[in-house]
Parts: sequence; structure tokens; C-alpha cells
Amino acid sequence: MSEIKGASVIIVGGGVTGLSAAWWLAREGVDVLVVEKGMIGWEASGRNGGGCSHHHSPLFLEEQRLWPQMDELLGYPTEFSGKRIRLASSEHQMALYGRALSNAKRQGFESEILDVKQIREFVPLAGETMVGGYFYKFGGHANPHRTLQAYAWAMQDHGGRVMRHCAVTGFRTDGGKVTGVETQRGFIACDHLVLAAGPQTGRLSAMLGQEVPVASARCEMIVTEPLPLMPYGGVDGNGLYGRQTLRGNLAYGGGPHEWLDIAGNAAPAKPSTPLMGHIGRRLAELLPKAAHARIIRSWAGVIENTPDGRPVIDRLGSHTNVLVATLSSVGFGLSPASGHAIRDLVIDGACSFADISSFSLARFAQLEPNWRELQGWQALAAEEAIAA
Amino acid sequence: MASTVTPDPRSVAGKALHVEARTQLLVIGAGPAGLAAAIEAAGQGLSVVLVDENPVSFTTMGDEVPLHYGQGMSGLARNRNAMLEAFIGSEPQIEIAFEAGVDVRLGTTCWGLYANGPSVTWLPGLVAGLNDEERCWMLQADHVVVAAGRRDMGLGFPGWEKPGVMGATAAVSLASRYGALAPRQVVILGSSTDAVTAALSLREAGVEIVAMVEQAAETLAPAALIATLIEGGTEILSGHVVREAAGGDAVEAALVGIVDANGRATGHERAIACDGIILAVGATPVIDLLDALGCEIAFQPERGGYAPLVDADQRTSLPDVFAVGDGAGIWPSKTVDRAVAEAEGRRAVAAIVKNLGIGGGAPPPLRVLPDLPNHDIGAYRLAWVRASVIEARAEFHVCQCEEVTAREILEVRPPRYLDWQNERRNDRSLSALLGAEPPNPDQIKRLTRAGMGPCQGRRCREQVAALLALGAAMPLSSIPLAGYRTPVRPLPLSVAGQIPEAPEQALHWDTWFGMHAQWRPFWEVPELYTVASNDASGPVASE
Repeated sequence: MSEIKGASVIIVGGGVTGLSAAWWLAREGVDVLVVEKGMIGWEASGRNGGGCSHHHSPLFLEEQRLWPQMDELLGYPTEFSGKRIRLASSEHQMALYGRALSNAKRQGFESEILDVKQIREFVPLAGETMVGGYFYKFGGHANPHRTLQAYAWAMQDHGGRVMRHCAVTGFRTDGGKVTGVETQRGFIACDHLVLAAGPQTGRLSAMLGQEVPVASARCEMIVTEPLPLMPYGGVDGNGLYGRQTLRGNLAYGGGPHEWLDIAGNAAPAKPSTPLMGHIGRRLAELLPKAAHARIIRSWAGVIENTPDGRPVIDRLGSHTNVLVATLSSVGFGLSPASGHAIRDLVIDGACSFADISSFSLARFAQLEPNWRELQGWQALAAEEAIAA
Repeated sequence: MASTVTPDPRSVAGKALHVEARTQLLVIGAGPAGLAAAIEAAGQGLSVVLVDENPVSFTTMGDEVPLHYGQGMSGLARNRNAMLEAFIGSEPQIEIAFEAGVDVRLGTTCWGLYANGPSVTWLPGLVAGLNDEERCWMLQADHVVVAAGRRDMGLGFPGWEKPGVMGATAAVSLASRYGALAPRQVVILGSSTDAVTAALSLREAGVEIVAMVEQAAETLAPAALIATLIEGGTEILSGHVVREAAGGDAVEAALVGIVDANGRATGHERAIACDGIILAVGATPVIDLLDALGCEIAFQPERGGYAPLVDADQRTSLPDVFAVGDGAGIWPSKTVDRAVAEAEGRRAVAAIVKNLGIGGGAPPPLRVLPDLPNHDIGAYRLAWVRASVIEARAEFHVCQCEEVTAREILEVRPPRYLDWQNERRNDRSLSALLGAEPPNPDQIKRLTRAGMGPCQGRRCREQVAALLALGAAMPLSSIPLAGYRTPVRPLPLSVAGQIPEAPEQALHWDTWFGMHAQWRPFWEVPELYTVASNDASGPVASE
């Protein structure tokens, strides 16, 4: 196979985390190459609710700082729209959603508690079904697919490269360093390697002798035909996450996830199931005046989670020029900040804007080897999986 | 499972899907193939449910579901009872199916088929999502025969959004089955055997076929068939396209013009008075349910384009799922003789019965293979799109729902609702997006919105694929199929929401994955994480 031009930084995985990191690097003139086994953003990065309000994360402040600027910084539209409303159908949900307020307040962001009358003012499609809600004066939502493409185009504008349909098959190492990646198209040399391969991150890091613990699951969403725009599109709750898109469609997800065993399966199937109906019922409860709206698509995505559901952004102990990054099923909204953090770690060795020590791999030093089983995160037995 | 640990209560493990009923065989589509399958299976003693969404309501037709009706329905289509009577009256086999003990459900739509597979394991088996005007329910079936029929490739030109521009399948259905076609004088686009057959059906139903327009230099159907049209007074205009559908609120004339071999107009144009323009340039199998289910689909020119891969028993890549009739492939001799489709239905049932070990009755009919195509359907469809869409004299919406033009698709422009004014990097194009790979319509539709509207791409998906092929200078067969998604018909939230939910599932809906550790604020995260030290039942938060 012919020699492929190497790069200073190779990023494995063309999802939102890898592309954001590539953009952050490319805009500073770093020679960066994203290697993607399929299409960019074709897995969970392009299939999520688009929320940008992660008050629990050390990346929150940077997430909030960057999103309002992203259209301008990238030069392409992300459909970011600010602020957020969460509606609760029970006191239980009210308490649960309220935790976001205290987290945000501690970090300097205001919110309001909405009564039933205010809900009707803020959310024209709402009815009498919700007991209360919250208005976040922060956060918001964006269009995942458009944002993905914006990162990719913007990084290419700065000289970055993307290789699609190019699966990584192995790594070359020299001493404690990786010197390049073996791919189905040939060897590509690099000075730094970033693994941001979503569900594949575990398998790929294991090939380098230090497995990032992740398990994969399938989650579902639905979308309706367009409806007249509400003043704030970021309305969710009642157990659902999602938004009204700027086009007017209601795009929502939720419900039980399905743990999968995708070992060695680089492109797991992503069928949706009749859960669509259950999501639909909750959406009609959340927004009763939209009950007539017709569902026109449903879909599923496969995402990875670490044992505690928190990100890993850290160097591998086994190879000092390898950085692993998984945002553990909450990656889209945080992507402007996670890319920045990855850029900082690759170039400067430390994150300049936040303490991300809670993203370290070291926290799993005493993790039980059978953690998936202990947490009940296992795929259903194979005999049950055979079509009836 | 050997494990004694409780599965994640917030996962699908242990959640039961409520199915309302179970049947040995579900047949989807009460056309010749589906009816033959249902009647044969009932005769062999199987429990059989046969659903057909027709007659769909006037409103549904107005939404271009399931066919491209182009607002060409007469007022008669508003009378649901009359439509139902006409539907049954025009197909004697329906009555026979009733008498054979088939549970026939007309006006009942199958909007989804689901089965367990590599990434889904919680379903009770093969299940179908069904609905009528009021209700939505799940039916479990041991076997499914999909006889979903055909629809027409959309083909745009300026004015093609006007009432009266419609697909041939919709026009023939309205005219021949219901007597409810509004246009009385029509121009037909396309000249294949399918197109001529549609024209002759319309003529028999009293519609005047003013002209047949074919962009190619020669017509495609056998000369004898074309001659039949000419004898009836139809003008044959090969080497022509429709330059515009003229008229006020509806089609009043087709402005036709001569085109050269590259599809370019050469200047000669004239108006042909008509109140309908019938699109018959490419009949295509309806594969939405099969593709969404995960059956293998491939571009098969001899079967009319993307069609399911079926074996000699009409079995798809999923062992209990069969495809028969036009939905399994369209070719001329099948179009003109319904016995071919009926034989497919009976062969599928013979395979099911044999599998169940309850064989009996006559041996199944012999397999009929598709005709060898007399033209390259990929090149033919590209030529139509080049001449009619790319070389159009004015821009128009290829995707009518989302109002996207051909140029916007080829330039991968952000949709207009964004009002995106930033032109400083307006150098993005299809080639910049793709590199060397074939364009993927799923990617294009997410960026441009083409095909993302309520008609679910039924009017534009083949055109978009052709545009991408032309833009990338690749054959049509190299363009991947834009994926279908359930529900394959638009389904109101209030109807879909009727599927009952297991109480233990309802308990765990509150947050994304419901993990305590995931939502702890970062300033409270412990230094080490172990399963033993984690309080899995601790409070959760959400975004």
C-alpha cells in the first residue's frame, strides 16, 4: 500500500469530540488528520438531543462561554439557540430537574421557577399537564449534524484533513510512544495520537495495553413534522430530552436503553423499536397542543459509557503521546469545551481553563474487572437475541 | 445468563412489549400478490391477517401518502364509504379472502416491522406496528409477507408542485379503482411498458391521453404497445421534456420542448392543453418497511431499482420475512400479467407451510425470473433528471416539503430557514464534502433538509439520488439508498402513544441512563470509582 502523508496529530474518530479537537488544533496551524472508519458524525454524535447545558461538568463554564460564539468561530451554522425550559409532570421530576439549578447557581448562572401560568406563556404547545418547570438562563441546544459538519469544514478550512472510510487496524510503537497508526489504507505516521472513537475507544486503547473501560448501549429518538416555532425551542422534561428544531420539528428521546456487546463490530446496527410509541405518548403529555403532530422518523444511536458515566480525557500511562477521550454519552453539548481541553493537553500538557482531574483514568485503578456484570450493564443473552 | 446480578433496571432488560394479538401470518398489501398469499395460507389452515392501508382518507392523499397524488383526487375521494366500496368492488379477490377466513383489515396501515437482531434483543419476536384512523397497536406474527406494491419516482420541472402533476400509480389507482381522478386530459412522461400500461389503464377509465413525452430519442416500450396509444389519438413526443407545468392554481398546459442528447433544450417549445401531467419515468418497488426492518436491499436494475434481495421462495435476508409482487421487483411481464405476482405470493406461502411441516395441496408455481431490461434504467433515470431538473429553465423545489432546489442540494447549502448570510466561505460543494467517495443521500438530506419533510421523501428521494449521481459523475447504482425509518407513514403522537407500556418501564424514564455517578457535580466526585463504593440508587439529575 502506498505511503499516506503523516500528520503531527492523528485523531482516531470523526465524531463530535474528535472533530472539535481537530478544529482547535488546526486553527492554530497544527497539522492534524482525523481518521474515521465510516462517515463523520455517523454514530452517536449525529444522533443526540443537541442539548448544551451541562451544569455538573468542569467543562460547563467553557461550554457556556463558547456556544454563543460557535457560528462565528466556525464560519458555518450550528443552529445554536440559547436558554432552556424543563417541565415536570410530578413533584418527583420537579425535584430531580431542580438539581440543575443549584449546580448552575453555584457557578454563577441564574434560573427561574415557572408556575403553570408562566409555562403557558413560555411554551405555547404546553397545556395543563405539567405541575411546574424551570427556565434556565443558560445553556441551549444546537443541531448535531450541522455542527458536526461545521467542525469538519472549519478544520479543513484551516488545513486539517479528514480520511473517511478508513478503519484503524493497529498501532506502531517505539519505546513508550506511538509512531503511527495502521489503517486499512496503509500506515500513517504521527507525533501525537488522540483516541476519540466513541464505543471503539475501549477496544483501541486495549490494543495499546491500557483499556479505557466503556460499555455501549442503544438509545432512541423520534421526530415530528414541523410545527410553528415556540419562543424557546429548548423545551423538554417529563422524562424526555430534546428540542424543537429551528425548522419547527419536535425531536425528542428517552426511555430505556439497551446494553450491547459490540466487541469487534465497528459499525453496529442501529434499529429503532416500538419504544417510539412510548416516547410519543410522553411528548404528547409534555406538549398536549402538539398531540396531533405526526411522527415522521425514529432512529437509534449507539453510545459508550464509562463505569461512572463521566468523561475520560487523559494520557495513557503506557504511551505518553497518546490521549484518550470519551465523553461518556454526554459529548455533543460539551464538544466546544472538550475539543479545547484536548488541544491543551496535546500541546501544553495541561488544561488551561478547568480542573479536569475528575476525567482521569486513575480513578478506575481499583475498578472491579467484572464491573459490567456487577452494574447489570450486559447485553441480553445471545439465545434471547435470536429472532423468533 | 449465568449472572445472578440484577440487570440495569433502566435498560430494556425484562421490559415486555405489549402485543395485542398474534398471528401465524401477516400479509401487508391487498394487491394481487398479497391476496394470493393470504388466500393460499388460509386454505392451508394458517391464521392470516391481511392489512391494506387503502383506501386512505382524502386528507392523507392530500399529504401525498402513500403515493404522489398531486392533489389529483376528485371530490368523490372525500366519501370514505364510497371509496371503501369501490376498493372492494374493483378487486374480487378481497371477497374471496374474506370467505377463506382471512382476517382482512382495510384502511389499516402497517407503519413498522421490527425483529430482534444484533442490536435489539428485547422484542417478543417479529412484530408489526399497525394503525387505523383511531387506534394504534402491535401485532406479533410468526411470518410476514410484504406485498407493498409500487410507487413512482418523482421528477421535477418548473410548476411541478401544481395540482394535477402526479405519479402514474396514484393516477391509475384513483381512475381505475375509485373513479376519483380529477384530471381528464393528461400528458404522460415516460415511455416504458409500465408507462404505456398506465396510459392504457387511464384511457380505459375515460381519461384522454393527449401526449406521451419521452426525453430519449426513441420510445422504450414495444412498438405494438406504442401503436395502441397512437391509435387512440395520443401524440408521441420523443426527444422532448416538459419545460413547465403552466397554469394558475392547477395545471392548464404542459409546455414541452425538444432536447438534445445531453438534455439541453434546443428552443422549440409549444403548449399542450391538459389538466394533468402524469409521471411514469420510473416505477419503483415500495421497500420502506423492509429496509427499516433491516432486510438486505440492493440496486437491481431488472427489478426497477432498489429492491429486496429474495431467494427462490421470495424469502428476504430475514428468514421469516418474504417480499412478493411489485414490492419485490417490477418488470414488464409482471406489470402486464398479475398471475406473475400471484405466483410469488403462493410460492412464499408454500415455503412457510413447508417450513412448518404442514405441507399439502398443489406444488407451488414455478419461479418466474425478471425480464432482461430493454434499457439501462440507471442511465435512463439520470437522463430524465438531467434534462428536466438540471437543465430546467428556472429553479424550483425538488423537495417540495422542505423547499430545497437542485442547486441547493448540489451545493450542500444550509436550509433557508436559517437565513445563513455568512458567505465568506461559500466554497463548499459536493466534491469538497465527499472526497472520492460516492455521495451519501443520508448525509445530504441532513445538511440540506431535502427529503426530511412530512411526505418522507416519497416525491424526491429518487431525484435526489440522481442529482447526486450526476453531480459526482457516477452511475445511479453507486449512490447508496437513503435509509428508511419507522414510522414509514406519518403517525400522530396521539395515535402512536396508544401502544401500552409496561409499568416497570414507566418507573425508570426520568433521566438519561439514570446514573447517580454521572450527574454528581464535579466538585463532589470521589477520587476513586468502584462499583462497590458507588451508591447506584443515589439521586440523579439531568441536563
